[in-house]
Amino acid sequence: MTDPSFTERALRRTVVTGIGVVAPGGLTRKDFWSCITAGRTATRRITMFDASTFRSQVAAECDFDPAAAGLSPRDIRRSDRYIQFGLVAAAEALADSGLDLDGEWLRNRTGVVMGSAVGGTTALEQEYVVVSNHGREWLVDHDYAGPFIYQALVPSSLAADIAVHHGVHGPVQVVSTGCTSGIDAIGYAHQLVQDGEADVVIAGASDSPLSPVTAASFDAIKATTPNNHDPEHASRPFDRDRSGFVLGEGAAVLILEELSHALRRNAPIYCEVSGYAARSNGFHMTGLRPDGLEMSLAIDETMRQSQLNPTDVSYICAHGSGTRQNDRHETAAFKRSLGQAAYDIPVSSIKSMIGHSLGAIGAIEMAACALAINTNVVPPTANWANRDPECDLDYTPNTAREVPVNVALSVGSGFGGFQSAMVFRRLAAVSS
Amino acid sequence: MTRRAVITGIGVVAPSGMTADEHWNTVTAGKNKLDLISLFDASGYPVKVAGEVRDFDVTDQVDGRLVVQTDRWTWMSFVAAEQALADAGVDVSTMDPDELSVVMASSSGGNQFGQRELQRLWSQPDRTVGAYQSIAWFYAATVGQLSIRHQAKGPSSVLVSESTGGLESLGHAARTINRGSSVVLAGGLEAPLSPYALACQLGSGRLSTCSDPLRAYRPFDADATGYVPGEGGAVLIVEELGHALARGAEIYGEVAGWGPTHDGQHTVAGSGGSARQYARSMRLALAQARIEPSDVDLVIPDALGVPEFDRSEAEAIDDVFGTHGVPVTSHKALTGRLYQGGSALDVATALLAMRTQVVPGTAGSDNPACDLDFVRTTRESTVDSVLIGARGFDGYNSSVLLRRYVPAETGEK
Repeated sequence: MTDPSFTERALRRTVVTGIGVVAPGGLTRKDFWSCITAGRTATRRITMFDASTFRSQVAAECDFDPAAAGLSPRDIRRSDRYIQFGLVAAAEALADSGLDLDGEWLRNRTGVVMGSAVGGTTALEQEYVVVSNHGREWLVDHDYAGPFIYQALVPSSLAADIAVHHGVHGPVQVVSTGCTSGIDAIGYAHQLVQDGEADVVIAGASDSPLSPVTAASFDAIKATTPNNHDPEHASRPFDRDRSGFVLGEGAAVLILEELSHALRRNAPIYCEVSGYAARSNGFHMTGLRPDGLEMSLAIDETMRQSQLNPTDVSYICAHGSGTRQNDRHETAAFKRSLGQAAYDIPVSSIKSMIGHSLGAIGAIEMAACALAINTNVVPPTANWANRDPECDLDYTPNTAREVPVNVALSVGSGFGGFQSAMVFRRLAAVSS
Repeated sequence: MTRRAVITGIGVVAPSGMTADEHWNTVTAGKNKLDLISLFDASGYPVKVAGEVRDFDVTDQVDGRLVVQTDRWTWMSFVAAEQALADAGVDVSTMDPDELSVVMASSSGGNQFGQRELQRLWSQPDRTVGAYQSIAWFYAATVGQLSIRHQAKGPSSVLVSESTGGLESLGHAARTINRGSSVVLAGGLEAPLSPYALACQLGSGRLSTCSDPLRAYRPFDADATGYVPGEGGAVLIVEELGHALARGAEIYGEVAGWGPTHDGQHTVAGSGGSARQYARSMRLALAQARIEPSDVDLVIPDALGVPEFDRSEAEAIDDVFGTHGVPVTSHKALTGRLYQGGSALDVATALLAMRTQVVPGTAGSDNPACDLDFVRTTRESTVDSVLIGARGFDGYNSSVLLRRYVPAETGEK
């Protein structure tokens, strides 16, 4: 429960002034937005490894070429794929913001906060296979390890590498709260700005979990879809015939900036971060109660911080993973928090198109919220065909919608029982 | 008015002891707890010595079903968290779950569990892992489990910044307190002593290959040869001041300042990181606490034990405090480097020094290569404020200023 006086005490406001995205179906901010507003799905049969023995064999993969994306041979050699995504998204976001991080003062006042659920596990697994001789040896032979294996063990490398790229000297952190990592990293960054610990934060999340161990881990609990015969339509959040989520990969980075700092330099402002809250359900590492209580408490809190009413919400970017448990859980949470208004607000799950990239997706969804406000377009839920009686809201089926978007709410829900919510709102709508 | 964050409970599971008292006895007596690795056969590894939590038996402390579902790292965290809550006298069953949070660091996750499942996946024809791999290996496993165990439904977080994480968790716990939480479980533990995780650590090029437990880890010493890895750490109960006072809690100290910075460049071999950015981190912590360097009673440094890092750390301390401007003491040589668990354990040491007004003598630097004012032997001394420093792999710097809580004459609430 937030101390009600905190909102009054928090004089510093945070705005979003730059966006960078690396997502399946769109390796830049613009291509990402074109993909998801066209309702195109980027899910397919897994090509990155031999998935033929796994229950779920579909994923949303990025056709990512690090050299074409501008990374140097050195960066490509030393960085895991998820760090490469992060570097590219951060560079795009900074360029978009027009920020010039040349002065020492600004570099001291700039931080990096990145989320990642599983960090370098793909590289860790690849190295493991070599040093253990395909799992034969418990006492692995370190002589066969690659030179950057320590960076793979400690995911702090993600934020460190971005900080190094841009010569940042402020607070640097990786936040790893499973599938809410993206929202929580941006929330952490927002708090740094609010509290005066930084004026600018390069904030987002990245994950590239597509590897055998990830596939096997989710197979073991039947969380991912077995719908392998129709990969393009395999991610079906809120649809009656959903069958689990589709793994994805990607990154998004936002430039968070203290409002007056942004105004002074006439920065392009996408929106304001008006609320962030996190709750734990204290219930189960993977299970969700159908009542959506704790997610709803997080939503209530963001609405209080934003000083908004339910009818002010223009768009809900849902967690929408496409498991029955999740879809019921969050539908209940939206109704609990927003009451009757929940039925009138377009809700969508972009995971229907770009899959579930674990920790990264929360940041990609916040990028989608900022772009929705920027363009007054709500991206759809693809593959929605059949109403589920338990999910009776407006899920924006299949086709994007042009509507005024002044306030966008996004939620995330993750293993460990974490529930997070964040609200972005158009700045003009509140500063008059 | 900012809501102030104080620490009211300590739980320790570390090579130095299975309780805060045992840890304190170890550091004040200067007992070296390093030994040859026993958790697995390390004879084929260049690193032979580690700081292990010996005789750790989870069976009588945690429900067997839960033991099966979690890694050694989480087991030790369960035990440390129970201890810390008991030490603080916090009864979570009487609390509003919304006001209880868990903000802990994690540098590398559930290593042993993860390796076992990787082995199963890659060595067996059916290519499967067990049902708990998805909840035991990832970095949030421990915080998730603790939030369930203690019904902590407030905002929780998992911070990953290698060895600075234990300190960063205090700063973020204080932010979380400022926003409304009453009690936050902070700190962190680490279990990096599985064969594969150790192989990964070798990649940092910073581990000591000395096979003599008494000589392997010698921070700031002329014979420094790298660090010895260790496991364990500490859980710290961070509490809103008014909440602690209202229930008559004994306060160890206040989280008065913190200051993360980053080098903004890769740490190239031989450079030892940026003394300038590390010094700036210390100054940020002091400035936030509104305390002058001359008023700081003690510094507990990162003490990596790699000569160039020791030198740059000494340079940063000199820069902020002046030559021989502050007593310095370090105990990582007794336990090994526990990554984020190590910075959390240094916080425990600092709090115990403030409570007892005793400064434990420094360990490992009999023949100092760095000109710092090392506390040579354990002594009674005024300890009202302690600066703790930590550095994380590839450019992370962090400092926390802890101050003894002194009730104001009147009206403090």
